[in-house]
Amino acid sequence: MPARPLLAVHDLAVTFTQRRRRDVRAVDGISFSLGEGSVVGLVGESGCGKSVTSLALMGLLPPRGVQVSGRALFRPGGGDAEVDLLSLPTRRMRDLRGRELAMVFQDPLSSLNPVVPIGRQVTEILVRHRGLKGAAARSAAAELLERVGIPDPRRRLSEYPHELSGGMRQRALIAMAVACRPRLMIADEPTTALDVTIQAQILELLKELVTEEGTALLMITHDLGVVAGLCDEINVLYAGRVVEGAPRHDLFRAPTHPYTSGLLRSIPRLDAPRDEPLTPIRGTVNDAIEWADGCAFAPRCDNYAEDCLGGPPDMREERTGHRFRCVHPVHGRAPGVPEPTATQGGDR
Amino acid sequence: MSLLEIKDLKVHFPIKSGVLVDRTVGHVYAVDGVSLDIEAGTTYGLVGESGCGKTTLGRAVLRLVPVTGGEVWINGVDLAHLPEEEMRRSRRQAQMVFQDPLGSLDPRQNIESLLMEGLEVHGVGAGRSERRRYVLDALDAVGLPERALNRYPHEFSGGQRQRIGIARALVLEPDLIICDEPVSALDVSIQAQVLNLLEELQRERGLTYLMIAHDLAVVRHVSDAVGVMYLGALVEEAGSDALYTDPRHPYTRALVSAVPVPDPVVEDARERILLQGDLPSPADPPTGCRFHTRCPWRQEERCDTERPELRPVGEGHRVACHYAEEIAAGEIAPRGVVGPG
Repeated sequence: MPARPLLAVHDLAVTFTQRRRRDVRAVDGISFSLGEGSVVGLVGESGCGKSVTSLALMGLLPPRGVQVSGRALFRPGGGDAEVDLLSLPTRRMRDLRGRELAMVFQDPLSSLNPVVPIGRQVTEILVRHRGLKGAAARSAAAELLERVGIPDPRRRLSEYPHELSGGMRQRALIAMAVACRPRLMIADEPTTALDVTIQAQILELLKELVTEEGTALLMITHDLGVVAGLCDEINVLYAGRVVEGAPRHDLFRAPTHPYTSGLLRSIPRLDAPRDEPLTPIRGTVNDAIEWADGCAFAPRCDNYAEDCLGGPPDMREERTGHRFRCVHPVHGRAPGVPEPTATQGGDR
Repeated sequence: MSLLEIKDLKVHFPIKSGVLVDRTVGHVYAVDGVSLDIEAGTTYGLVGESGCGKTTLGRAVLRLVPVTGGEVWINGVDLAHLPEEEMRRSRRQAQMVFQDPLGSLDPRQNIESLLMEGLEVHGVGAGRSERRRYVLDALDAVGLPERALNRYPHEFSGGQRQRIGIARALVLEPDLIICDEPVSALDVSIQAQVLNLLEELQRERGLTYLMIAHDLAVVRHVSDAVGVMYLGALVEEAGSDALYTDPRHPYTRALVSAVPVPDPVVEDARERILLQGDLPSPADPPTGCRFHTRCPWRQEERCDTERPELRPVGEGHRVACHYAEEIAAGEIAPRGVVGPG
């Protein structure tokens, strides 16, 4: 990995303000970085701030009623110059978006324009960012659709979004995202609305694009299974902060934050014996306390002790690259992992 | 002993067209000849992707959709052919828990009134105080406090709402509960709470479940037997363990291989069977084996023309594939398998 990452997010915070209402701090100081051509995951349950993070990075938050702070240093073109995505003027940002940065959303039907044929939506990007015209743009668009595995691409160009299946729509959206060979693609729950066999197709496609085009991918999802096979590095979010971050093998082999290990214990695994009991995390996300008062996970935590409420816990790093924010971490192995000798699979 | 016996169940929805007069121009074959048995006190899981007919099948058992053909036997009565009035009374034996607890709980009724309604409709309990005792029992069984009674659905979290949905089913003391995607709207940490609750209730009360869900890992975890549906028909039925260790139908194999496992070691070593294309329309199902258009093991002629019957291949294991044995023995090579790495 190069010395400097492609994207380095420092202390990103997003607060939604409303008159006569309490401020909502959706993201509360998130830091992570992402190397060129790498795949990094942001994982968490609803309300953890993962989607707001992606919108903030893309400059897609509404202009009013939102306070964004922190820095997100991005190197356009992978060069030496750095820009801060959070403070870039709207016009420069618009220029970067589509060319250097691209985004794929969860629901392709609402991110595609329903009254414009697929072809025109794809060529629009090619015309705007790559300066292609007419027939050239059209055949480039067909090539793109073919690249993402849409059969009979020329005919599809004239079809409207509702004429495509969910999986095909998501492919079309990915085609639009990769139209300008972006350096960084942010995918926010790209497979959540899809059936599992279609999800497998889309994940395979994303892996292929990362390997072949060298696009870096920020994968945002609630599904620990999806990130386990896809991401080089995983950040687990809780109540607007990263509570644990590590290379994927490390994270799953030795989950250190009680929230991470709790999540892993509460999901039924397809390959586990049937009678293996699930251990749920008690309470709900609504039980979180303010980070300023202590660990937000404390009210639901099995390792809770009084010193958990002595202000925000610091991020610690025990092994290289494995960081966690916890005073009383778990030092066990992941559920379903038998012996350390059996799991010496090296990281990718 | 079987509690629920479904024989050749069919639900075909007519497709209407026309301006002045509605003409039926075709049918959606949502459920097209499904037979299955559920043993009393066990859980039968039904999996499949959207549009496979699993939800329609669950609803057809309670006649919440019109049944086109076939039989549904519960406790020696064929529900499919009961007159409407008797059917209404019979619904007490089988209750339903829906996916979206907020959508299935009337926002203007408080919890007491929601739970009382069923008791009143079925005339259970002599008087209000006895009914109230039943309601409190059910509420206690799902782990909600008495003070919940005066509250409204929106005051609860998703997991609590699903508990209310379960309490509403429980209060009538049914033999069978049909759970349609009971946890898919919930966050993962909450899913486990609800799944454990369902298992606990089954142990305590000897309930029988028909568990309908798209998440194979969830279904396997709670079910004794699992049926896999594709385009309105069962393609495989197996014990919960055999389904993962020894899937026989190509579709089941693809499904099992596509489910992500939260473990990089497992993920890196897995072979994925990628299916080509999308689900065909249930209004115009393919001839022969319905899976042949996407099947990596498809053989010329027979798969395209002859519809395979669900046939036994082992103890409690049935499969609808002409070539299940040849595929298991590795005599037919698949197309489109992505190896590890």
